[in-house]
Amino acid sequence: MDNFGLFYQFHFYLFGVIAIVAAVTFVTRKSPVAAAMWLVVVMFCLAAEYVMLDAQFIAAVQVLVYAGAIMVIFIFVIMLLNLGEASDITDVRGIWGKLLAGFVGLVLIAELGLLTRTGIPSGKYVVGRDYLGQQLARYGAVGAVAKPLYQDYALAFELTSVILLVAISGAVILGRKEFTRAR
Amino acid sequence: MLAESLGLSAILFVIGVIGVLTRRNAIIIFLCVELMFNAVNLTFVALSRYYGMGGQVFVLFVMTVAAAEAAVGLAIIISIFRHKQTVDLRNINVMKG
Amino acid sequence: MAVSGVHPLAATIAAWMWLLPVFPLLGFIINGAFSIISHAHIGPADPDMGHGGHDDASGAASHAAGDHEDSHVVGKPRFASIVTVLGPGVIFLSFLLAVGMFFAMRGVDMSTPFVQQYWSWMPVGDLKLDFAFQLDQLSMVMVLIVTGVSTLIHIFSIGYMGDDEGYARFFSYLNLFVFFMLLLVLANNYALLYVGWEGVSLCSYLLVGFWFKDKINADAGKKAFLVNRIGDVGLLTGIFLLFANLGSLDFTTLAASTGSLQVGGALVTTICLFLFFGCTGKSAQLPLYVWLPDAMAGPTPVSALIHAATMVTAGVYLVVRSSFLFSMAPIASITVAVVGAITALFAATIAIKQWDIKKVLAYSTVSQLGYMFIGVGVGAYSAGIFHLATHAFFKGLLFLGAGSVIYTMHAAYHHSGNHADAQDMRNMGGLRKAMPVTWIMMWIATLAISGVPPFAGFFSKDSILNAAFEHSNDSILSGATWLGISGHTVLLGVYVLGLAAALLTAVYMTRLMLYTFHGPSRTTETEQKAMSEAPWTMTGPIVVLGVLSLVGGWLNLPAIAAFIGPSGGLDKWLNPVVGSATIAMTNGTAVEASRGTELGLIGIAVVIAIGGIVIALLALKPATLVTKDQSPGEHGFEKVLAEKYYVDEIYEDGIVHPAFMTAKNVLWRGLDVGIIDNLFVNGSAAVARGFAWVGAQIQTGSTGVYAWGIALGAIVVLSVFSFR
Repeated sequence: MDNFGLFYQFHFYLFGVIAIVAAVTFVTRKSPVAAAMWLVVVMFCLAAEYVMLDAQFIAAVQVLVYAGAIMVIFIFVIMLLNLGEASDITDVRGIWGKLLAGFVGLVLIAELGLLTRTGIPSGKYVVGRDYLGQQLARYGAVGAVAKPLYQDYALAFELTSVILLVAISGAVILGRKEFTRAR
Repeated sequence: MLAESLGLSAILFVIGVIGVLTRRNAIIIFLCVELMFNAVNLTFVALSRYYGMGGQVFVLFVMTVAAAEAAVGLAIIISIFRHKQTVDLRNINVMKG
Repeated sequence: MAVSGVHPLAATIAAWMWLLPVFPLLGFIINGAFSIISHAHIGPADPDMGHGGHDDASGAASHAAGDHEDSHVVGKPRFASIVTVLGPGVIFLSFLLAVGMFFAMRGVDMSTPFVQQYWSWMPVGDLKLDFAFQLDQLSMVMVLIVTGVSTLIHIFSIGYMGDDEGYARFFSYLNLFVFFMLLLVLANNYALLYVGWEGVSLCSYLLVGFWFKDKINADAGKKAFLVNRIGDVGLLTGIFLLFANLGSLDFTTLAASTGSLQVGGALVTTICLFLFFGCTGKSAQLPLYVWLPDAMAGPTPVSALIHAATMVTAGVYLVVRSSFLFSMAPIASITVAVVGAITALFAATIAIKQWDIKKVLAYSTVSQLGYMFIGVGVGAYSAGIFHLATHAFFKGLLFLGAGSVIYTMHAAYHHSGNHADAQDMRNMGGLRKAMPVTWIMMWIATLAISGVPPFAGFFSKDSILNAAFEHSNDSILSGATWLGISGHTVLLGVYVLGLAAALLTAVYMTRLMLYTFHGPSRTTETEQKAMSEAPWTMTGPIVVLGVLSLVGGWLNLPAIAAFIGPSGGLDKWLNPVVGSATIAMTNGTAVEASRGTELGLIGIAVVIAIGGIVIALLALKPATLVTKDQSPGEHGFEKVLAEKYYVDEIYEDGIVHPAFMTAKNVLWRGLDVGIIDNLFVNGSAAVARGFAWVGAQIQTGSTGVYAWGIALGAIVVLSVFSFR
């Protein structure tokens, strides 16, 4: 809004462009490892964006969890299955598939634009100006996120731990070598 | 900043969608899905300026779920690879009605 | 149908009137149980079982097939002694109760009927049907006839069916029949009457097809039931019309509400014609009489009970019960009389050329029923009931006598090993020496049916024909036009047809007596030695009926014969029930013919009756007869008569066969299999399969296609939101 000076705006656009270019490159790589690396670039750019949007904790978590853990899992699996080389599998056959996908993308962008055409949000749920800044000043960067997490959304927090438990068990079971070995 | 953030998020999301529709390698499709997640996270964070801290909290949840999903999904891809020795999507077509 | 106040009969024995049908029902249940138990124990070597007696045309066939040796042991079926007491016993109990009720009725003012409601049967919307009995003079007469004659016939059956293996079953069916017949005559409303109507049809089927192991008998039973069913459609339609227009089905309520109907209007006429169509089925008039001659395939007691005394008279009873309707519809009444007259003559012409003794009596029954319908058609309702009663006496007697003759012939044939037809008159002759009592009794019945005074039939037939003649001059019928002809002429024609039929009646009955009992015997010496009078269980009822045929006419003596005894007994008795209808029929005044006219009519009737007998005695020469096997075939018009005008064949080719072909090809193949099965059932399955096929194409199993689907779906959902 208004406390975004030129510095911020310039860097916002810079990281935005880098993110888009990196994303396009990511989508067009033939090698899965190369694609994963370019995705990491996108994530770093997004982390920078988060910082500029006053979500410093999220930015840190983004780097730690997304780029540092999830992408690492991906690299692990790619290496495990030895899929790292540039594969010569051609993608969607012919030009028409790609054009159609591009058309679908354009339609989606148009619709998203239409959906957000109302502009600046207003109404009952909108918080006051500089609400974020106040929260950050009062509780600090981590506290501002932790306070609602453990107070208002405690139940959801617990449920996500259940999700993680289920995911761990699922991954272990699915990852076993032989299913037919009798136990 | 809101309009630019939302625009960037939309563009990244659409790039992810195009990737899903276009690519044939299962792992790369998965990575495109992760890209879509990131785009959505950007939207949440951008709007948290107007709607309170709930946006950022939700981003945490999204990341958690994305991690869980990545774990399970990759486990599935591993087991498919063990059976079919390929991650080509054309060959993974047994989910027929 | 509330009866205001308590009917005076409620304090008498008549309050037990519900027991009347309950006794036979109990008999049915217990005898039926015995028949099931005893059947379960029948084995091929069961020494208790005798041979199945059977007296139908196929008896010769089964004899020839050698299904039992001729020197068989005739044993009694199981439980026979209990059934012998129980079967006729329950009917006798009902008869005693009926007599008690009769005497109670005589001592009480019976201007309104005594109605006992037992439970509310079908309260549905506007229709309130109750299971209720109505006791008035008419139903009392019918109950007495039914229970009395039934008792005699049950006793007769003890001897006749004595060695039949279906002994208990026979009595259970007979008891069930009496139960339904009593329901019919005691019913308080048309619906309950219809229950009895259908019930007696059922029992007719069961009893006519009693020896169902022969296909002919089973077919006869089916024919009886189905032809009756056709008539029942008419009856049901009449009942529906009654309810739709008058809102009730009780007799008393309907009689009171006929003011809303227009006299002689289309509605009343239609209702009466439909009701009468039902009567043509049940009482074997044209065109639905064809079942009755075939029904002679049943045992002779069945023919005596059902097809002489009770079931076939249900149609006459229905018309008299509906007299309040028929007296308002002159065209319908004339139709009834005309159909009755034509049937009377038609059946009489067939009877003079039949050789089977039971067939002669069957056509005679059809003819006499025609007389009853003449009576109720011209409005002489009590005369019709009078003839119903006397006909029960002498026709029952004739059938029982024929049964005795057949029984004796069968015994003789078993003695000699002959396999000829025991029912054909050409195989009989000169039986009066062997069966004197039966011979005399059957002559009494012949004189009665021919209308010779002072026997019963004379008075009843005479009152009907006189009424036809008198009403041709002075009734609402004489003024009406029927199919363009004036009622006066039609009724005169009815009278003439009645006289002609009377002549023929005398002829064929005398012919029957001549060929059976007189003349040289066409049986062999060995057979004649084995012939004797039937046992007393069979001869006893015959004698009782003979006495009734003798004196039964005194029930309703005409005024002119008042020197014999009290006159008009039945007329006065039935007056509260049919009196208003009878008066309405004769323009509100009682018809009093002049003494001269009445003497003249009586004279004509007597001359015709005696003349017929004399003609038969002179023209027929029993000495020229030979046995059936040696008899030459018929030729010319005689053949047409003997083949009963080929009516059955005409019905078969003209109606039954096309109906069957239509049912098979159009309705079954076309409609049922083609449209319902193929188009609807299989078709809807095919449509569902088609839809499923379309849906199944979406599930290709290829993940890429699924991803496209998700993307497109997302676009669609977003469009809905973005263009709102």
